[in-house]
Amino acid sequence: MATGIRTESEAAGLATRSTRGEVGGWQDQPILLRLVSIALFAGIWEIAGRIPVSFAFPTFSATFTAFIGLIADGSLPLAYVSTLQPLLLGIVLSACLGIGLGTLCGLWRTGEWLLIPVFIVLQAAPVAAFIPMVTFVYGIGMTAKTLAVMILALPVIVLNTYKAVRNVNESLVVMCRSFLGTRWQVVTQIILPDASPVIFAGLRLGVAAGFVGVVLAELLITPTGIGDLITFHRSRADYAEMYATIASIIALSTLTLIVLQWIEVRVFRPETRGA
Amino acid sequence: MTLFGYRVPMMASLLVWCVLWEIVGRLDLVFLLPPLSEVLSAAVGLVQTPSWQSATVTTLRAFFTGMVLSIVIGVPLGILMGRVKIADDLLGMWVNIFSSAPLSALVPVLMILFGFGERTIVAAVFLFAIWIIVLDTRAGVRHISPSLIEMARSYGASRRALYLKIILWAALPEILAGIRLGLIRGVKGVVIGQLLVAIVGYGALFETFSRNFRMAEFWALTIILFAFALLIAELIERAEAKVEYYAGAR
Amino acid sequence: MRAAVMRKEPSSMPAPIDPIVEVRGISKSYGSTEALRGIDLDFPRGKLTSLLGPSGCGKTTLLKIIAGLIKANAGSIAVDGKVVTAPGPERAFVFQDFALMPWATALRNVAFGLELRGKARAEREEIARHYIAEVGLAGFEDKYPHQLSGGMRQRVGLARALSVDADVLLLDEPFSAVDEQNRRKFQEDLIRLRSNQNKTFIFVTHSIEEAVYISDRIVLLSPRPGRVSQIIEPEIDRSGDPDLIHRDKHYLDTVQEIWQGLKQYAE
Repeated sequence: MATGIRTESEAAGLATRSTRGEVGGWQDQPILLRLVSIALFAGIWEIAGRIPVSFAFPTFSATFTAFIGLIADGSLPLAYVSTLQPLLLGIVLSACLGIGLGTLCGLWRTGEWLLIPVFIVLQAAPVAAFIPMVTFVYGIGMTAKTLAVMILALPVIVLNTYKAVRNVNESLVVMCRSFLGTRWQVVTQIILPDASPVIFAGLRLGVAAGFVGVVLAELLITPTGIGDLITFHRSRADYAEMYATIASIIALSTLTLIVLQWIEVRVFRPETRGA
Repeated sequence: MTLFGYRVPMMASLLVWCVLWEIVGRLDLVFLLPPLSEVLSAAVGLVQTPSWQSATVTTLRAFFTGMVLSIVIGVPLGILMGRVKIADDLLGMWVNIFSSAPLSALVPVLMILFGFGERTIVAAVFLFAIWIIVLDTRAGVRHISPSLIEMARSYGASRRALYLKIILWAALPEILAGIRLGLIRGVKGVVIGQLLVAIVGYGALFETFSRNFRMAEFWALTIILFAFALLIAELIERAEAKVEYYAGAR
Repeated sequence: MRAAVMRKEPSSMPAPIDPIVEVRGISKSYGSTEALRGIDLDFPRGKLTSLLGPSGCGKTTLLKIIAGLIKANAGSIAVDGKVVTAPGPERAFVFQDFALMPWATALRNVAFGLELRGKARAEREEIARHYIAEVGLAGFEDKYPHQLSGGMRQRVGLARALSVDADVLLLDEPFSAVDEQNRRKFQEDLIRLRSNQNKTFIFVTHSIEEAVYISDRIVLLSPRPGRVSQIIEPEIDRSGDPDLIHRDKHYLDTVQEIWQGLKQYAE
């Protein structure tokens, strides 16, 4: 059953392939066309808001104004300070633990046999169901939210690292051994560098998953930060503010991923490795 | 992994974990973890209750409706983006954004637009599943060898023949892969949707069990959900294997 | 030696007997690159004409314009007196990379041209079987492309083009993706095939030996931009043992002369 490994890492591969190097991808498009696309999106939103599609559907301009207002009165930045803490902590922990476990499983057959099926199941299954449960053990504080981030980010990081390490270029490993490299040297000088592009791709996916985790945590566990803003404005029917907050977190997630992708292409140069 | 000279398949390690679970549960080491045997018997009991059955019907109905919608809209959209450059230029950015964005943040929006009922769940499934279906379909269409299209044109294929006899088949491996990933995301969508709405289907059940600390049933429900997700993924993989024979020769 | 090879300058070219395809003033540019400029050619009925030249001379572009797969910027193509701008039933194309549907059997691939024209299944399969045997693939009807070698795949492509019973067969470097032994065999088979059919062949190749081996008429194109530089009609007797053609004096002389002319384009 190759379900798990072929899930999100494949999805990432396709998203990046269509965004990198091909005609019609992100970096290739002229800025003009992208601006037209954004304008079109805003325009449709505006019209939909004016029809109105629903009483609870504010126009683009109303949302944008609300967004500015939220920044101005400080509630949005404050909310992010609260939200980003478990997010960053969770991602850092997931990265360290994930890369470590993934490398272990890639190199050690028994570890692979024991752990990888678990992570495959965790990645394919809707682990969001666990998040409410996390609160029972860890309460409603930062720990619970960090754990929520980790539950979602860890499997994808482990699986990508594992896949990268397992699929290392064999001839390079043989070459290192032929020049009398020790096991440690093989791992640090050959395996990890060769695997680093895919590991980084896994990290990028982990960050995306982390955002999902923190949003879920805030909506399901207890709202602080962004989740609090969302539910607060919803309860007061300030739909424009609510939409603005939601749009901001989606925008933040998107921007973070774009930056990471840019780093991936620039630093790791997958095209020179025949990826 | 070999044991006493016999090759043990990877998934067998899950059995080891099950045994571990049983032991941990028996020893009452972790508060929230009843022994596996208790969970399994709770599962057997659970599937016979009318509340579970109606919750399952609601959940499945919402899931399949949402999935059908996402396939019916997603595949043609992906083909459009793969064949028509303008569509690709304008829409590509948004499809990419939404395929990796935390869509759970949009569920509250769905809730206020569609209410607290099944329609929201259908919308959530649709929203979660469609983007990857569009992306994969588009990738499949873009990877079609141009000479195959030229060949069809040179033998006088009408546009309909071109799309139905060539394009759909040539892109089918990727389309199926996209549907498989879409299904997995759709399951996540239905769960997240129901958790947030909390008065519908499995979400309501989870809420009841967790509030009353009925952990065995909670885990039973979780296992049933997980099993369902893996089952449908496996089914699609079978379908993908059927077209595997030509996927490599393209 | 000179008398054996008739060289004709384009401007003083007398009209060959019964041209089936007439190319008039064809020009094609891709952006600022001129691929073809002012091509005037006649392709005689029932003969095999090769388009030969170094890369960049536009021979494949010209072939695809004749096939109706690419639109020219200027000029016209007439087949049997009628101007054509799109693919049609009187022309059939054989692709360099075979262009087989990998999900279909050899039989279905061969019958595909007929399928698109709406022929009934039983009828088109019968025709397909005939041509599969004709190209020497009897017994392989139910195999899929991934089960066939490169040479066999191209035979399927050839059978497909023969099945639609077109008057003009257009072949785009059909043997270049095939190994050497199969390539030689194909060339021999093509000579044999021609004696059975009375079709017109237009053949694109970059191999001088191949062109001289099989053609009644060779059109030499020079590159950047593509223009007709020479037309040669090798006088080679192909009625005997195909192996012996490689040692025919006229064959060797023609190859040598063409090579001397094209050498300047080698990078």
